[in-house]
Amino acid sequence: MSFAQFLPLFFFVILGVAMLLYVLLDGFDLGIGLLLPLAPNAEKDSMVASIGPFWDANETWLVLGVGILLIAFPQAHGQILGALYLPVTAMLIGLILRGVAFDFRVKARDHHKRLWNLNFFAGSLIATLAQGWMLGRYVTGFGQGTGHHAFALLITLTLPAAYVMLGGCWLLLKSEGDLQEKARCWARRSLVPVALGLLLISLATPWVSETVRERWFTMPAFLALLPIPLICVLALAGLAWVLQRPRVREEFAWLPFVLAIVILLMGFFGLAYSLYPYVIMDRMTLWDAAASTPALTVIFIGTVITVPVILGYTAFSYWVFRGKSTPLTYG
Amino acid sequence: METLDPLLLARIQFAANITFHILFPTITIALCWALLFFRWRWIATRNEAWLAAYRLWTKVFALSFAMGVVSGITMSFQFGTNWPGFMERVGNIAGPLLGYEVLTAFFLEATFLGVMLFGHGRVSERVHMIATALVALGTTSSAFWILALNSWMQTPAGFYVESGQYHVESWLAVIFNPSFPYRFTHMLIASGLTVSFLLAGLSAWQILRRRETLATAVALRTGLIAGAVLIPLQIFVGDMHGLNTLEHQPQKVAAIEGVWQTERGAPLLLFAMPDEKTRSNRFEIGIPKGASLILKHDPEGEIRGLNEFEGRHPPVAPLFWGFRIMVGIGVLMLLASWAGVWALRRRAPNALPRPLLWGLVGMTFSGWVATVAGWYVTEIGRQPYLVFGELLTRDLVGPAPASSIAISLTAYLITYLVLIVAYVSVLFYMAGKADSTPYAQGGQA
Repeated sequence: MSFAQFLPLFFFVILGVAMLLYVLLDGFDLGIGLLLPLAPNAEKDSMVASIGPFWDANETWLVLGVGILLIAFPQAHGQILGALYLPVTAMLIGLILRGVAFDFRVKARDHHKRLWNLNFFAGSLIATLAQGWMLGRYVTGFGQGTGHHAFALLITLTLPAAYVMLGGCWLLLKSEGDLQEKARCWARRSLVPVALGLLLISLATPWVSETVRERWFTMPAFLALLPIPLICVLALAGLAWVLQRPRVREEFAWLPFVLAIVILLMGFFGLAYSLYPYVIMDRMTLWDAAASTPALTVIFIGTVITVPVILGYTAFSYWVFRGKSTPLTYG
Repeated sequence: METLDPLLLARIQFAANITFHILFPTITIALCWALLFFRWRWIATRNEAWLAAYRLWTKVFALSFAMGVVSGITMSFQFGTNWPGFMERVGNIAGPLLGYEVLTAFFLEATFLGVMLFGHGRVSERVHMIATALVALGTTSSAFWILALNSWMQTPAGFYVESGQYHVESWLAVIFNPSFPYRFTHMLIASGLTVSFLLAGLSAWQILRRRETLATAVALRTGLIAGAVLIPLQIFVGDMHGLNTLEHQPQKVAAIEGVWQTERGAPLLLFAMPDEKTRSNRFEIGIPKGASLILKHDPEGEIRGLNEFEGRHPPVAPLFWGFRIMVGIGVLMLLASWAGVWALRRRAPNALPRPLLWGLVGMTFSGWVATVAGWYVTEIGRQPYLVFGELLTRDLVGPAPASSIAISLTAYLITYLVLIVAYVSVLFYMAGKADSTPYAQGGQA
C-alpha cells in the first residue's frame, strides 16, 4: 500500500477513534445528565461535580471527529451532514442547552436553578436521542423505507440506556454514600435495556444490510469474529454480577466502568467491521471520499505529533481529578 | 415555504450562529490573560483584592467559555450542513487550517480549563499558573487559525486551481496571506477592549448599586487603564487594516465610504442614506476631502467608486452603517477610558464622577457591538463572494430545503435569544451578589 493510499485509511482510523472516545467520554457525562432528575437536589450538585472538570474536553472529541470527516473526507462530509440536517440541529441545540446549563445552574438566581437543572436533563436527552437516530441512519447508508427507519429508532432507544449505564458506572466510581448506592442501582437497571438493545441491533443489522450479512456470515470470518459478541456477552454478564457484590462500592469501584467500556468497545468493533471500507455504506469508500494527498499529508504530520500530546494531557487531567469527586470550587 | 430562498436562509443562519459564537471568544481570549494577570498580582502582592477579582472574573470566564464551546461546536457542523460546496472546493486549504485549530487549540484549552477552574488544592500554584497560561495560549491560537482561514477567504494567496479544486502551493503564503496580520491583530485588540469595558462596566455598576467588593477597585482600574492603552493602538491598527483593504478589496472600502463615482478629493461622509436603486446617496453630510485624506493620506487622492464594480460589489448600506457604528464606539471608548484614567489620578475608583460611572455601565457590552459591527463590515463586504474574487457564495450553498433551514434557524434564534438574556442578567447578578466566596455559592458546598 502506497503512502497516498495509506493516508485515507489512517484518517479513517483516527475518525473511528475520535468517535469512539466521544461516545465513551461524553457518553458518561450525558448519562449523568439523563440521571439528574432521579436524584434529590442535594445530590444533583455532587453528580455534576463528578463531571465538572471533564465535560468540556470530552465534547471536543466530537469536534475532532467532525473535523476529521471534514478535512479528510470532504465529499462524504457534505453528504452525511446534509442527510442528517435536522437531527444534527437537534443534537447541537441539545448540547448547547446542557453545556450552558452546567454553568448557569450554579450562577443564576436560586429559583432559576430548577429551570437550569431541567435544561441540563432535557439537553442531554435531546442530544442523546439525536445521536442515536443519526447513528442508525448512518449505519444503513440513509436507506429509505420503514425497515431502515425502524432500525434507526431501535438505536435511538438503545443509546440512552447505554449512556445511563456509562454514567451510572462513572458515578459509582466517583461518589460515596447514598449517592453511590443509587448509582449502583441505576447502572444495574440500565443493563436489561442495554442487553436487549444490543441483541436486537445485532440481529437487525444483517437483516437491513446485505453487505453486513455477507461480511459476517461467511465461514472463516464468522469464526474469527465470534470473540466480539462473545466478549460483549461476557462483559455484560460480568457487569450484572459485579454490580451485586458489596465490594463493588469499595476497592472494585473501577471495575463496572471498565466493563461498561468493554461492552461499548465490542459494539464499536462490530460496527467498524460492518462499515469498513465504506464512509457511506454501500456508496462511498474511504478512498473515494478522501481529500488530496498533499492536504492529508499536512494534517497527518500535525495529527501524529499532537494526538499523543492531547492523550497525554487528557490523562494528566483525569489523574489530577482522580479519586472521589469533591465539590467544585474556584480557587 | 416556496417563497423562502434557501441561499438567503442559509446565510442568515450562518450569520446568526457566528454572531452568537463570536461574542464569547471575544471575551474569553483576553479575559484569560486578564485572569492570569490577576492571579500573578495576587501571588506577587498577596493583596486580597486581586484574589477577589480573580474569583469573580473566573466565574464570568467559565460561563463565557461554556457559551463559546457549545456555539463553537455548532459552527463546526455548519460547514457541512449548509455550505458543503465550500469544503468540496477549498477543503484542501480550509480543512487543515480548521484541523490545526482543533488539534492545537481546542483540546488544549478545554482540557486545561478543568485544571484552571477546579484544580486548586489538587495541583501546586505553579502548575495552576501554567494551566491558566495554557488555556490563554489555547484561546489565542484558536483565534490565530480561524483568522488565518478567514483572512484567506478575504485575500486568497498561495494556491492553485486544478479542475475546480483548490490546492496549496505554499502554506506560509496561505496562512500569512496579505490581510492576515492586520485582521489577527485587530481582533486580538478588539477582544482586549471588549474585556476592558466589561471589567470597567460591571465594576462601575457595583459602585453605583453600592455592591462593591474587594474586587471592584482593582478590576475597574485594570479595565480603564487597559482600555486607555489599547484604544489608540486599535485606531492605528484599524487604519492600517483599512489601507490594506483598500489595496486588496477596493469595492469594500468604496461601500464603507459611500463613494459611487470614482473621484479625487472624496469627502468623508458622516451621514448619508446610500440607495442602491439610484446608485447615489441621499442626505449627505460630509467633511470635504476627508476620505481621500484618510485613505490616501492625500487630500486629492483618488478613491475608486462602486460603479467600477457594478454587479460585483457588496450591499452598500450595511457596510456604510456598520463601519460608522464601529468607529463611533471606538471614539466613545477613547473618550470614556481617557476620562476615566484622568479622573483616577485624583480620585479613588469608587469616588469617580457618577456620570462617568453610568457611562461605563452603558458601555459594558460596547465591545460586543463594535466587534460584531466590524465583522459585519468585513464579512458582508466580502459578498457576493465566499472566497473573494474566486468563488461566489450562491454557488456553494447546500441542498437543504428552505423548510429545513427555516426550522433550524427558528430553533437557533429562540435558543440564542434566551441565552443572551440569561447571560447578561447572570453577569449583573453575579456582580451584584457582593460576595467573593467562590463557585460554591448557591448550595454547591
